[in-house]
Amino acid sequence: MYFNYLHLREIVYKWIFNILAFASLLFLFGITIILFKEGLPLFKEVSAVKFIFGTSWYPTHEHPEYGILPLILASLLVTAGALFFCIPLGVGSALYIHELAGFKQRAFLKPLIEILAAIPSIVYGFFGMVVVAPFLQRVLNLPVGLTAFTGSLILGVMATPTVCSIAEDALSFVPKSFREASYAVGANRWQTLTKVVLPAAGSGISTGIILGMSRAVGETMTVLMVTGGAAVIPRSIFEPVRPMTSTIAAEMGEAVMGSIHYHALFAIGLILFLFTLVFNIIAEIISRRFRLKLGLGR
Amino acid sequence: MDINQIKIKVEGVNFYYGSKQALRDIALDIYKNKVTAIIGPSGCGKSTFIRLFNRMNDLIPGARFEGKILIDGNNIYDPKLDVVDLRRSVGMVFQKPNPFPKSIYENVAYGLSINGIRDKGYIADKVDKSLKDAALYSEVKNRLSDNALALSGGQQQRLCIARALAVEPEVLLMDEPASALDPTATLKIEELIHELKKKYTIIIVTHNMQQAARISDYTAFFMMGELIEYDITSKIFTKPSKKITEDYITGRFG
Repeated sequence: MYFNYLHLREIVYKWIFNILAFASLLFLFGITIILFKEGLPLFKEVSAVKFIFGTSWYPTHEHPEYGILPLILASLLVTAGALFFCIPLGVGSALYIHELAGFKQRAFLKPLIEILAAIPSIVYGFFGMVVVAPFLQRVLNLPVGLTAFTGSLILGVMATPTVCSIAEDALSFVPKSFREASYAVGANRWQTLTKVVLPAAGSGISTGIILGMSRAVGETMTVLMVTGGAAVIPRSIFEPVRPMTSTIAAEMGEAVMGSIHYHALFAIGLILFLFTLVFNIIAEIISRRFRLKLGLGR
Repeated sequence: MDINQIKIKVEGVNFYYGSKQALRDIALDIYKNKVTAIIGPSGCGKSTFIRLFNRMNDLIPGARFEGKILIDGNNIYDPKLDVVDLRRSVGMVFQKPNPFPKSIYENVAYGLSINGIRDKGYIADKVDKSLKDAALYSEVKNRLSDNALALSGGQQQRLCIARALAVEPEVLLMDEPASALDPTATLKIEELIHELKKKYTIIIVTHNMQQAARISDYTAFFMMGELIEYDITSKIFTKPSKKITEDYITGRFG
């Protein structure tokens, strides 16, 4: 009797956690299905090639055009720019925290950098719009301050905590014995860092960078506020652009439900989803290789 | 011919971790081409002691050294001395095998490349020779580009020995090199140590007294940071001059 009760309880618990674990999968499937269901009808009206490689985005024009190449390029440009800032900032601060900072500095530096991730993106947007954009406009002598560069800078700072935190973890996973072995054959600190520690932590650091990139490419509010919103193919990074995310955010409210415009916005979401999916899969593959490399998989 | 040529002289050594004294007034001579075993109960300072010879303890914040250690008459704690040079001439093998997550070849070549050697032919010869000296060559000669972590524990430890030998040290420090290995792998390492002493001066820390008795020429018994007794191994294990040494080696404590 008693045994049966325990047994039953175990089964019930198992099922509860089972359901909880699969609940997030349910959302993933739900979102994917909706994206496909609402996005795919577009391709009855506009060919996929024209959609992805078309250079004009005039969804509300009398003769509407639905080419999202300017939006894709804007997203890639802003993301690449963000990487330009967040890789040195994130990896550099991780190296400093892990290799050079004393115990006391480390104790407050890492939590502080992680607080950067806790600032709401709208606040970054405000800051970019009110402080950074006018500053860049004046210093770089630009016609407008809201440009791809401004977006890159702000996104780079936003992605820094992700990169720094994961890179620092990767560095701390490098066993102390590797360093000792390196010092013991006469290596100095710099050689040990570049030839032993960084290669061993390399895949972990790249995972951090890719996840930071994922964050940058999917970020909406900030880019909507600071990149200027011009849906043209950018000729330089100092021009206003309109990334995919801000296009959806800005236009969803005015698109008539069920219209081509409406489906086109979902199709953009679909493309964006594929982008971040690929980034995440790459990050996962790299981090798996990383585990094997350190012999933790055995 | 003097068979007991002094290689290292330790004089009046005290060592502190912060305010805690780990070694107390140690003095002894270590002889060239001999195996010197350091034995004693856990926490007696034997690992701390062996790490003095390549200044590995320098890496520990708050550690402080007093006294003199002379290798071939040169004080290795002289502020003008280059620690890199010292570590090249005093190799070390650690308790747990710690090969780098690189290929077998790169592991052995590492010490050469960081010391600025670029001659590929020389490096290749040296890698082969070091692997042969570490009694590993026949097992790995066809897979030098495999990841070192794919080797067994005993092979990894011999690879670490090869890595240490590649930079041509004169002294080899071994900190319980067989404690993480099975009996067969341990036996291989012990045979290897026997071979290696022809070329190198070896200092080995071990918690295994049979091992010390089997492989060493001299044995130093440490307890609570002090050197209790230091003598020819056969004498330490047959008629030690101190009661406490006898109690330890007969297994009455420790």
